[in-house]
Amino acid sequence: MLEVQGLTCFRQNRCLFADLNFVLSEGQICQIEGVNGAGKSTLLRAILGLFRPDEGRIIWDGRSTTKQAELFLQHLFFLGHKFAINSDLTPWQNLEFWAALNPTNNTDFTAALSKVGLTGLEHIPCHSLSAGQHRRVALARLWLTNTKLWILDEPFTAIDKSGVQLLQQRFNTHLQSGGMILITSHQDLSKEFNQLIKIKLNNNIGQI
Amino acid sequence: MWKWLHPYAKAETAYNLCYRLLPYFSWLALITLVTGSIWGLLYAPSDYQQGDSFRIIYFHVPTAIWSMGAYTSMAICGLIGMVWQIRNAELAVYAIAPVGAAFTFLALITGAIWGKPMWGAWWVWDARLTSELILLFLYLGVIALYNSFEDKRTAARASSILAIVGVVNVPIIHYSVEWWNTLHQGASITKFDKPSISPDMLWPLLLNIAGFLFIFAALVCLRLANQILINDARRPWVKAFVARRIDKSNSTTKE
Amino acid sequence: MNINNRPIQLSYWLAFKSIFMRELKLAWQKPTQIIQPMVFFLIVVTLFPLGISPSPKILQMIGPGVIWIAAILAIMLVVERLFRQDYQEGTIEAWLLSTVPMSLLVGAKLLAGWFISCSVLLLITPILALLMNIEAHVIPALMLSLLIGTPILLFVGAIGNALTVSLNQGGVLLSLLVLPLYIPVLIFSTSLIEAATLNMDYSGQLAILVSMLLVSCFFAPVAIAAALKNTVN
Repeated sequence: MLEVQGLTCFRQNRCLFADLNFVLSEGQICQIEGVNGAGKSTLLRAILGLFRPDEGRIIWDGRSTTKQAELFLQHLFFLGHKFAINSDLTPWQNLEFWAALNPTNNTDFTAALSKVGLTGLEHIPCHSLSAGQHRRVALARLWLTNTKLWILDEPFTAIDKSGVQLLQQRFNTHLQSGGMILITSHQDLSKEFNQLIKIKLNNNIGQI
Repeated sequence: MWKWLHPYAKAETAYNLCYRLLPYFSWLALITLVTGSIWGLLYAPSDYQQGDSFRIIYFHVPTAIWSMGAYTSMAICGLIGMVWQIRNAELAVYAIAPVGAAFTFLALITGAIWGKPMWGAWWVWDARLTSELILLFLYLGVIALYNSFEDKRTAARASSILAIVGVVNVPIIHYSVEWWNTLHQGASITKFDKPSISPDMLWPLLLNIAGFLFIFAALVCLRLANQILINDARRPWVKAFVARRIDKSNSTTKE
Repeated sequence: MNINNRPIQLSYWLAFKSIFMRELKLAWQKPTQIIQPMVFFLIVVTLFPLGISPSPKILQMIGPGVIWIAAILAIMLVVERLFRQDYQEGTIEAWLLSTVPMSLLVGAKLLAGWFISCSVLLLITPILALLMNIEAHVIPALMLSLLIGTPILLFVGAIGNALTVSLNQGGVLLSLLVLPLYIPVLIFSTSLIEAATLNMDYSGQLAILVSMLLVSCFFAPVAIAAALKNTVN
């Protein structure tokens, strides 16, 4: 269970959000909404520990994530909008290196890449692929991971309709097996998911 | 045991503390520096070897000592800021850096002024002067790094890390330059190292050393207070503070 | 796929090896990035006889220093792009979010960098020694000082790169930050070579260089991890 308590973040003297509280339990998906620059990515990064918030705590399974970082990171899957794909390597190699740094016992890269429609392109350097295909290599990781908490920053960007459906199916399977998802997106997800929590960030300037 | 320090991790308390201490440091600096300088420049006996040109040590030695002391204190602030996540300590790094750089620059200038009558040249690659020059580069690096970042929190942390890495190098640089110097210049005894010094010369020197310390403290207080204010410009405590000031000045002008 | 409630423990050794192999693979695919510093090294050394004097005696005197300064400048080129691509692609964040300690991953990258860049510079050093009219019996000492000194330069330079990788014009700032820290390495290495020229014992300088190497081996990854964590802020 992920708890966010009293989270306050300033960026360059602008208050993005103050005293934010929410709880994410198993099987729940939380969507963070807001205009560009409202602080969605910062909120995600503050939860991940990549950004130091001005105030507040993140609790995972009853323990603070800053004090017991490893316990939190073991259950984490993150996909940012810089999706950590090296363009000089092939999709296969990219997944291989990802698997070495993230706990997974599923190394069937071919199946994962076929799920995202990249069959036959596994051993071509990523710089020869289109931007959309690039993205899909990163999304292929979703079929390799079995960690509990997924944090995804704008996963639907540059994905066509069938791709969006595929992702939503994958999210549903994950949620049904007891996982949790924290996602930022401009898409309207309320139709697809039952247990959807929505957090809307306003463009807060200077107020606490 | 350190609980009494906890309030000072907050910006507002630190800011008020800086301004409370500032008058003490300033007055002490003024008194000690004026006394020490006049005594040293006019009344202390002249050196039998160097005549009156040695009097520059009353400015050279304090600035040189504190240029290194400032770097060490900057590194300690950086370490405290990083280990205990205290923002004021990280801001202190940027508060100290230009003051330390100025001291180093003064040490170099006074060293050159001293060197001209002694060695006949404005600059020699003496061990001390060379390591002071490198120290100046280290300071400039910290200042430049801070100024390159848009986000001042990231900037403060980066400067802290650089200051800590640099402080490990300061003794190494000193030792290696001194070693290099003895290798290349033979055993020339520089008047920079004084094993024995008569008390008539010593007291003004000590006064000036204390004086420069107080100036350093006063300047750092002033700079730290400003940095805290700049970095928290949109926060409510600053707005309340400014509002109080405006009210006060309005009420005094009315009277 | 079932959620793993007791997550798998990652093998630190496998992660280390994986990063190391990745760096080697990437270097293999872009050989120009290895060759360019080498050519730069050569060109800089060539400038000195042209700018000062081609007289053999003078060259012999300034030779070791010139080669060392050129090595410093070449390593600066290498170090400038050390973390750049990884930062731009988001790989640094991925590493920070792994349960494997960041210093270990950084250490793997630095070790790979050592093998890739420093060995290449060492290969070309005998030719440069020839150009600078350095005596044959001094060349082993020159190579030894470079063997031990260039990794120190790489590790300390990597700290500078980690601090400035998010900046647009980070390159020149990097030089300003890192060159003062290189001065002790320069002093002791050139002194080692001079002692070798005079057939004197240089074990003292060697010991100091090795201890600098060990200290930077252990502390640079930690400093770099902290700097990278700050950079992605």
